[in-house]
Amino acid sequence: MGKPTGFLEYKRETPQRRTVEDRLNDWHDVYREFSDQSVRTQGARCMDCGVPFCHLGCPLNNIIPNWNDLVYRDRWQDAIRVLHLTNNFPEFTGQVCPAPCEAACVLGINEAPVAIKVVEKMIIERAFREGWIKPERPKHRTGKTIAIIGSGPSGLAAAQQLNRAGHHITVYEKNDRVGGLLRFGIPDFKLEKYILDRRIDLLQSEGIVFATNAHVGVNVAVEELRSSYDAILLCGGAEAPRDLNVPGRQLKGTYYAVDFLTQQNKRLAGAAIEPSKEILATGKRVVIIGGGDTGADCLGTCHRQKAKSVHQMEILPKPPDQRAPSTPWPQWPLQLRTESSHEEGGVREWAVLTTSLEGDVQGNLSKLNAVRVGPPPDFKPIPGSEFSLEVDMILLAMGFTGPQRNGLLDELGVALDSRGNVSTDENYMTSIPSVFSAGDMRRGQSLVVWAITEGRKAAKCVDRYLMGFSNLP
Amino acid sequence: MTPTASRDFPLYDPKNEHDACGVGFVVNLNNEKSHDIITKGIEILVNLTHRGACGCDPETGDGAGVMIQIPHRFFVGECEKLGFGLPREGEYGVGMIFLPVEPQPRFQCQGIVDRIVQEEGLSVLGWRDTPVFGDTIGRVARASQPYIEQIFIRTGLDMTRETFERKLYVVRKRVEAEIAASDIKDKGFFYIPSLSSWTIVYKGLLLAPQITNFYTDLSNPDALSAMCLVHQRFSTNTFPSWQLAHPYRYLCHNGEINTLRGNVNWMYARQSILKSDLFGEDMKRLFPIVQPNVSDSASLDNVVELLTLAGRSLPHVMAMLIPEAWDADTTMSPAKRSFYEYHASLMEPWDGPAAVAFSDGRVIGAILDRNGLRPARYLVTTDGLLIMASETGVLDIESSRVSYTGALEPGKMLLADLAEKRIIPDDEIKEKLSERRPYGQWINENQILLENLPDPSREFGFSPDDIVMRQRLFGYTEEDVRMIVTPMAVNGEEPVGSMGTDTPLACLSDKPQPLFNYFKQMFAQVTNPPIDSIREALVMSLTSYIGTERNILDETPQHCHTLKLPHPILTNRDLEKMRRVSQGDFLATTLPMLFRVDGGEKELVRALDGLCRRASLAMHSGYSIIILSDRGFDEDYAPIPSLLALTAVHNHLVREETRTQVALVVESGEPREVMHFCLLIGYGASAVNPYLAIESLEDLSQRGLLPQGLSFTEALHNYKNAVKKGILKTMSKMGISTLQSYRGAQVFEAVGLGKELVEKYFTGTSSRIGGIGLDVLSQEAKMKHDAAFHPAPTTDSQLEPGANYQFRINGERHSVNPTTITKLQQAVRQSSYKSFKEYTQHLIDQSRGLYNLRGLMEFRKGTRSVPIEEVEPAKEIVKRFATGAMSFGSISKEAHETLAIAMNRIGGKSNTGEGGENEERFIANANGDLRRSAVKQVASARFGVSANYLVNADELQIKIAQGAKPGEGGQLPGHKVDAIIARVRHSIPGVGLISPPPHHDIYSIEDIAQLIYDLKNVNPRARISVKLVSENGVGTVAAGVAKAHADVILISGDSGGTGASPLSSIKHAGIPWELGLAETQQVLVLNDLRSRVRLQTDGKLQTGRDVVIAALLGAEEFGFATTPLVTMGCVMMRKCHLNTCPVGIATQDPVLRQRFQGKPEHVINFFFYLAEEVREVMAQLGFRSIDEMIGRVDMLEQRQSVEHWKAKHIDLSSVLHNPPVPMRFGRRCQIAQDHGLNQALDYQLIDKAKEALERKAPVEFHLPIRNVHRTVGAMLSGEISRRYGSQGLPEDTIRISFKGSAGQSFGAFLAKGITLTLEGDANDYVGKGLSGGRIVVFPPKDSKRIAEENTVIGNVVLYGATNGEAYFSGKAGHRFAIRNSGATAVVEAVGDHGCEYMTNGLVVVLGKTGRNFAAGMSGGIVYVFDEQGNFSSLLCNRASVDLDPLDGEDEAKLHRLVNNHFELTASQRARTILDEWPAMVTKFVKVFPHDYKRVLSASAPQQAVPQTIERIAKEVPVG
Repeated sequence: MGKPTGFLEYKRETPQRRTVEDRLNDWHDVYREFSDQSVRTQGARCMDCGVPFCHLGCPLNNIIPNWNDLVYRDRWQDAIRVLHLTNNFPEFTGQVCPAPCEAACVLGINEAPVAIKVVEKMIIERAFREGWIKPERPKHRTGKTIAIIGSGPSGLAAAQQLNRAGHHITVYEKNDRVGGLLRFGIPDFKLEKYILDRRIDLLQSEGIVFATNAHVGVNVAVEELRSSYDAILLCGGAEAPRDLNVPGRQLKGTYYAVDFLTQQNKRLAGAAIEPSKEILATGKRVVIIGGGDTGADCLGTCHRQKAKSVHQMEILPKPPDQRAPSTPWPQWPLQLRTESSHEEGGVREWAVLTTSLEGDVQGNLSKLNAVRVGPPPDFKPIPGSEFSLEVDMILLAMGFTGPQRNGLLDELGVALDSRGNVSTDENYMTSIPSVFSAGDMRRGQSLVVWAITEGRKAAKCVDRYLMGFSNLP
Repeated sequence: MTPTASRDFPLYDPKNEHDACGVGFVVNLNNEKSHDIITKGIEILVNLTHRGACGCDPETGDGAGVMIQIPHRFFVGECEKLGFGLPREGEYGVGMIFLPVEPQPRFQCQGIVDRIVQEEGLSVLGWRDTPVFGDTIGRVARASQPYIEQIFIRTGLDMTRETFERKLYVVRKRVEAEIAASDIKDKGFFYIPSLSSWTIVYKGLLLAPQITNFYTDLSNPDALSAMCLVHQRFSTNTFPSWQLAHPYRYLCHNGEINTLRGNVNWMYARQSILKSDLFGEDMKRLFPIVQPNVSDSASLDNVVELLTLAGRSLPHVMAMLIPEAWDADTTMSPAKRSFYEYHASLMEPWDGPAAVAFSDGRVIGAILDRNGLRPARYLVTTDGLLIMASETGVLDIESSRVSYTGALEPGKMLLADLAEKRIIPDDEIKEKLSERRPYGQWINENQILLENLPDPSREFGFSPDDIVMRQRLFGYTEEDVRMIVTPMAVNGEEPVGSMGTDTPLACLSDKPQPLFNYFKQMFAQVTNPPIDSIREALVMSLTSYIGTERNILDETPQHCHTLKLPHPILTNRDLEKMRRVSQGDFLATTLPMLFRVDGGEKELVRALDGLCRRASLAMHSGYSIIILSDRGFDEDYAPIPSLLALTAVHNHLVREETRTQVALVVESGEPREVMHFCLLIGYGASAVNPYLAIESLEDLSQRGLLPQGLSFTEALHNYKNAVKKGILKTMSKMGISTLQSYRGAQVFEAVGLGKELVEKYFTGTSSRIGGIGLDVLSQEAKMKHDAAFHPAPTTDSQLEPGANYQFRINGERHSVNPTTITKLQQAVRQSSYKSFKEYTQHLIDQSRGLYNLRGLMEFRKGTRSVPIEEVEPAKEIVKRFATGAMSFGSISKEAHETLAIAMNRIGGKSNTGEGGENEERFIANANGDLRRSAVKQVASARFGVSANYLVNADELQIKIAQGAKPGEGGQLPGHKVDAIIARVRHSIPGVGLISPPPHHDIYSIEDIAQLIYDLKNVNPRARISVKLVSENGVGTVAAGVAKAHADVILISGDSGGTGASPLSSIKHAGIPWELGLAETQQVLVLNDLRSRVRLQTDGKLQTGRDVVIAALLGAEEFGFATTPLVTMGCVMMRKCHLNTCPVGIATQDPVLRQRFQGKPEHVINFFFYLAEEVREVMAQLGFRSIDEMIGRVDMLEQRQSVEHWKAKHIDLSSVLHNPPVPMRFGRRCQIAQDHGLNQALDYQLIDKAKEALERKAPVEFHLPIRNVHRTVGAMLSGEISRRYGSQGLPEDTIRISFKGSAGQSFGAFLAKGITLTLEGDANDYVGKGLSGGRIVVFPPKDSKRIAEENTVIGNVVLYGATNGEAYFSGKAGHRFAIRNSGATAVVEAVGDHGCEYMTNGLVVVLGKTGRNFAAGMSGGIVYVFDEQGNFSSLLCNRASVDLDPLDGEDEAKLHRLVNNHFELTASQRARTILDEWPAMVTKFVKVFPHDYKRVLSASAPQQAVPQTIERIAKEVPVG
């Protein structure tokens, strides 16, 4: 085994972030380079556990101890082989995953966990750099055709798996470019888009067909799909954002976070934005409602757009600095997280409930009224704690309620579950035979790593449905 | 009558019976017959009574008997009374015949005897109703007593005595066969103890003192004999058997034949080629030579009889069957080596442990097997009496009459020839035998060596392109390569792991398994010892001889026309050489072992049948080597599991009786780990070519995955070494020394293989729960074939994860998995019973998969429940819980003490493990918490086992075996031995510590009775428990242990944890506790022994359901180790062996220990939750108390709805069987054992030493002593320790002088302040565990003998001594001062293996030593007087010691000790040395262990403690 005593000899080390001044002036990745040698040292910290909780903590069940060890031994090519066994796109998860694996790392019981995520990222980056990543075209084709709707992480993962099983895959994407949330939802400073393009080029070389600007149920007829494909896999995401139902919501200046982020991503990609539709924080007093990851992405984006001020408000109380006792190891810890965006400025408010919005005579937003509240589930307002904020723009980052229903889902007539997600059986099949679903569309809003997991699992089921068996992993 | 395995006794198998005993003889060397000899013989027998045992009925012994010369004068008189005359001596033979009691069947049997006697040309003179007195024997014995008659048969006309003797043999064999085949009622009674014109055997289910009262013949003054051979039996069970008493026709035996199954199978296989001019046509009528289903001793006797009657002398036969360890003995003369090597080509050794006494009426003698593990002491008087017995002092001989005394040495023979009227020395016997034929020349001319065969023109090379595909085909996993093959290639030994196994049995696994995984290794426990294959390498051998076997009754040069293999692992080149061999009769052919994979079972059967047919054909065409090969697989043909193909051919040829004509060699991609090789060899392969394992090494090498500088050639060399060491170790676990005896010995048990499969292909192997058949095997082969030829996309470059050793999602399931660990830790930390229920629910929920056999059980439905309030409270139930034996050393101080505190708080029991215990812990903390472990373990190394340790216990546990590595010892490397551990273990910081595989005072079942007696003497208040590991036959061992007066028997499952153990042991040795416990309960109940002993079980018990099932199967108490560790924070790192435990449990690293988070409350929470869950199940089942529940196996049923593709074939009916016995036979412990302590001499000692005990006043007194006085001084020592702790009393406070022959364990655990002086001699185990006292033994003052040439003390003296002094004027037996860790001793000569494993202390040997001196010695100093100058070159095992000259300090120390010795013993030897000191002192050699030297030269003690963690992690403990 790698280094049995590595964890006692080395400290956890991860790539440094660039200085705030530096990074606020561009949209590039906030992290500095990290040397291969440093990665090897981090790999050496892995204890090669008899029961590697990381492996279970990771939804993809990445075989983390193996590649930690391989990296330590300088066997990078073997490492990427093992990493790719369970994860189609380690460059995505290595970049944006919150790393539940690290939360479950055994070393984390009494010290800093192994820097799994950076090891993962560095393995795949090294592999691209060395030219080890080549398109893997199937040896033979089955002749079966599958339409995958949605090109987010679950759709892409499923596409790659099913293509490797020899099926003909067409991925339908309503936008002009492929990638879904990866492309439009995540800011560049967290995921630069060349990473995505690089992978999509590979997928195309492997023989996957991408149909862009193809909005099924809008400009592509659902019936046409049903008749021309042997199976359909719905990976349309959970795109319906949660709204804020308070007086004044209709005032101008309140936007959904996803629209704000998408526009910035398009802008960076060179798309022209109609001035009337521009959502820009520049020079504005911004309030972000929602204290999660999307909120943090908005925060970083606002600062890069040079907002005048930014508040981020969260209804839940402030979590403790350390792992809360209610979420013991190896669970995902309830604790305060400080993302790069939080370092860059802004005010974080906790236990705050927005009560109403006010505007000026033009109907422009001008003020937000709020009250401080008690803990869940009641969120009882604390008398006398009411306050107001002057505000020019509000971004709603309160999560998503489920997939968009009108269009595709309605036309198909698939059954939905109680939460409004597409309902499937244990084989990922919807109420309609030969139609499957995976990703956020099926399980609701979640992480990229879950989307990839869903895509892989659904692919196996689709393959088995078409072939009678499947030896997809 | 002996019961056989049957519907009524499903888990009992008579094959598992063991016996051991006291054995002895007395002979008048002048061949003068007298009645006195018989009387003396019986006196020996009576004085060996303590070596026998009795069962449920204290008046019924296990058997006793005598063999004498035919008392002619007596019979003449007796027969006259009956109306028939006897001819002259030698012209008639006498048969002792056991007959059915009822007249009708009795007459039928007698009729058959009469007829066959006539048919063989002899005549019946008459029958004599042997007078016996049934009233004098036990109730049980009486109930099974046969009708006993004697038959007198007249020799035929012109028959020589030899021909007559052979005819009597033919008669007996014919009669036996005919009656066995008849349908005569009660034919089970029929048995012929002896039928000879020379000797007669009187034996039965008797206790020694009963024999003369029962057989009045023996007390008749007219009954005369010049010799009397006696035997007292101790058997592991009490099924009444008159027949199994010894002596047999030629021998009686103390010990056991380990290799029996192989020996018997090979005997059967060679029957067809047996030919003898002496027997001519009669030969066929002797079959089967070895009677089926008899004991090991009886089987050996059968073969001895055949070989002797076919013309070899009895000593020749004994030397051939029980050879010395000649292979590695460089001191042996070439002629003698040739004699042994020649006979090795004829027959594999019958491996002991054995002390065999034998006689044919003309010679009488004894032989010890190569290991010398049984005691045999002898004494010759000036007037020509030779007395040999397991013990000295069995006859009272005044010292002036003693000419000399001795102890038999390993492999040596003691022989008295009544014709020559003298004792023939071993050297002379062997020399004569060696000169019989030009054996050396025959070998030179006929034997072929593999290395001398011409190199082949081509051999198979490495094919890298498809290696992954082929690895997948043979089911290689990623772990196989990473964790098994690679470490073997790098380190040259098997990899080590920890924490036991928690994966499903192969038959419950969802994955295709290698067929190998359905087998479990058997191992030696109690009834025979495992061997230390490393430290005692001189007895081990991997050499084998292959080729066509010839008639063993003949002796020609052709017999050694064999191909000699130094070991059974063949490289591709070796195999190619063999394939092309064309020397002499050798010719090889290759047969493919493949089947058409799409055809399933049908094709597999067809292929196997075809293979067998082709093998027969090849054999008949003159091929002598058949190579079974799976190289030719392709897209359509898959390999047949190599073991299956091998056994199919093997069994087919055995049935055809042609098996010995060919050698079977396996060429397969399948074998890769040690277990695989062991199985192939154990089922008859002569050699194995593991070509894919070899290629895998080359692949690793080419891909640069071997450590820098390690070439493929070296890697292969290492790998082969690892396999060889592993095979030796596996053999030695079973106590088998030579590969030849291991081959075909089938010392495996199948778990989960179907009856049909086993009967046809693994004939004779036990498989008790049924299981899969060829259909599943073919399916598994197909799954692997598919994985190779139709791999999943993206994964085709990879192997399956395996996950047998480390958890992986898509690998094997583990019961201690992320979910169970997390839920359990949450439950105990947050005091959440809800989490606990989630934890148990996860394990119980079968939809997640089966983990173990109990997963296939369910509680009987429809029982009447009781309100839970009425169920025994949890606080009572937790008292039945114990934590497992984990030593301080394997786990940290913090973890060890937390467990102890928790268990003491709840009234359960924690266990010290084998590392001793710090005396500070004997005193309670300020808050009342006691850190002392209630259970003190006594393991083979006896670390820290002193009188004070023993008295501070509620229970003393003798650890025979450990679930994770039964049959193995262990090793704690020096750097792990810090100051505290060293203090607790009475050793030196920095000096490595070895635990020997066996307890050196338990080689046999009667030995454990002695150790139990020893421990009970020291601490009569403690109960004694014996820890066994579940294996086939553990029930009969347990019965023996119960009869040895254990209070508790622990049946440990195979899954138990470990700090460090070879992976193959963790995975492949031992069986689940469900099977072992059920067997034990059944056998104990059947024998009515259950009520005397409590049963405990352990082995990954995790839930309340587990506890209830264990109780229903028979357990009263329950042990837990892994689970409590998890409650204290263990996360199953499985890195215990690396000392890097990140949660501070299994580590001694001070930094890591600080991370320990466990609290006693966590452990207590767990046990109470567990008890609560037990209560819930009890309420549901309607039990109010645990006692009601014990053994209620009727409350369990096999789950019917099992869909699992393999598990559905399992049949648990034998496990869930309820033995039909009378109600009065208890099913749980109700009666206390009678330890017989009240006869202890120590009561007198304590009484006389009262003043000293109470007031520390000096006392002195004298007493006579006999061999029946055992363990003298121990109880007194216990008293002292109890009062004064380890400090004891001031030196010499109690001085006791004895005169006579002391029994075993003289001065055991002798405490400080006592001096025992013995004028006379002593038996084995003198000064065992010496704890500060002083022992002095010297020969009688009036003796004229030369002390250093006469044996004064027995074997295994000062075993595990921690402190004190001993002076012995005379010679000691084997293993003197073994594992000495502190005593100072002077002795004048020692036998083999002196000072083995010694770790501390000082020993002076003033004379000769035996071989293998200082093996495994790591500490302390020995000074040896090397008068002959051969000590360093021949006798000392220098692997771990230096031999240095003495310096000034040494000389001063030595002088002082020799002077002491002289003063205390008046030794002549000492006097001589002192007188010529300057000259003598130069002849001394200082034995200085490397470890100790290193520590001393580092001088600063802190150097001894671990320097860096890095070092610790690198040096993995093995052993």
